[in-house]
Amino acid sequence: MLAAAIIVFREILEAALIVGIVMAASRGAPGRGAWVAGGVAAGTVGALAVAGFAGALSAAASGIGQELFDAAVLFAAVAMLGWHNIWMSRHGRDLTAAASRLGTAVRSGAQPLWALALAVGLAALREGSETVLFLYGIALSGDGGTAALVLGGAIGIAGGALAGLAIYVGLVRIPVRYLFAVTSWLVLLLAAGMASQAAAFLLQADLLPSFGDNLWDTSFLLSEQSVTGKVLHTLIGYTAQPAGIQVMFYLATIAVIGGAMKLCTGGGGTKAAH
Amino acid sequence: MATMRSAPIFRLSRLVAPVLLLILAWAGPAVAADPKIELAIRDQQWVPNEVEVPANTKVELVIKNEQKKAAEFESHALHREKVVPPGGQVSLSVGPLKPGRYEFVDDFNKAARGFIVVK
Repeated sequence: MLAAAIIVFREILEAALIVGIVMAASRGAPGRGAWVAGGVAAGTVGALAVAGFAGALSAAASGIGQELFDAAVLFAAVAMLGWHNIWMSRHGRDLTAAASRLGTAVRSGAQPLWALALAVGLAALREGSETVLFLYGIALSGDGGTAALVLGGAIGIAGGALAGLAIYVGLVRIPVRYLFAVTSWLVLLLAAGMASQAAAFLLQADLLPSFGDNLWDTSFLLSEQSVTGKVLHTLIGYTAQPAGIQVMFYLATIAVIGGAMKLCTGGGGTKAAH
Repeated sequence: MATMRSAPIFRLSRLVAPVLLLILAWAGPAVAADPKIELAIRDQQWVPNEVEVPANTKVELVIKNEQKKAAEFESHALHREKVVPPGGQVSLSVGPLKPGRYEFVDDFNKAARGFIVVK
């Protein structure tokens, strides 16, 4: 039961942290709860389907279907997070100004919540499918009985949800004036970490060269297996032993999204709007 | 000004397109005649739990799951993670590697550990 709880927690953690950050980043936007919940629900349903077709998926594309799927899902999430950030850099100042005037209730400006909902859904899809495969496997092999499994899974999910809630509660304590600047940075690093992970999948599929297998090794300082390592892996893309190509994708994502954000802030004319 | 504003989006797609083309160009000859190393997971254990691999050579790991439950080959040292469906088989490329011992586990059952020994 404990093993099930730990594995489910580890799988859920990434998606839960993303939900927490996304909820903070969309603070004050009307209907965000429904959008994010819809994203999670759609992602979970998708995860069941992906788990059901796991065999077909890994056999697809001459055996690299799984890698292509994971990389595509990650890149799509990167695009959605990037889109959100670029949008926020154009309209964030108006939102913040409105939020400061009206307290926490921001009514002005319709944030493109579909982008965030999609990003959350994609995270749930990827992490969820592994959780389903794992739980289904245990259920089939009958280790420890169904009740223990359900309980373990529930504890794992609750633990993950708590972590997501913790980061949300921490973030919304930030004064509204700075909140969107902080969440933009978090989302940017989140996206860069996902791009680096996607590069690792393409490397595994032999579609990209590694440009150095282990650029450095900090596993003695902080293992990716530990909870701290796992949290940092999600939040900022921490990798103890990164391949060169991962670092390149990481930096390129920051450069492209960050550059586009800068361009939009400069040319967006947010000041003229007042 | 209106065209200036959409520039970043165009720039994004201009960057993404060549990358995708590059990926497609690579995809063809990807799984070539690299030496094959076979590995199985059976009764919660890797069989064999140590495989020897020549140094500085790219090899293809062929992993069979002989269990009724899913497994996930995972190695942080090798940056590899791949789900192996119950009764299924997957392959992934590894290397070229420097000599050393590289640990891997079944992420769904961490007690199942194994090593790739590069000589």
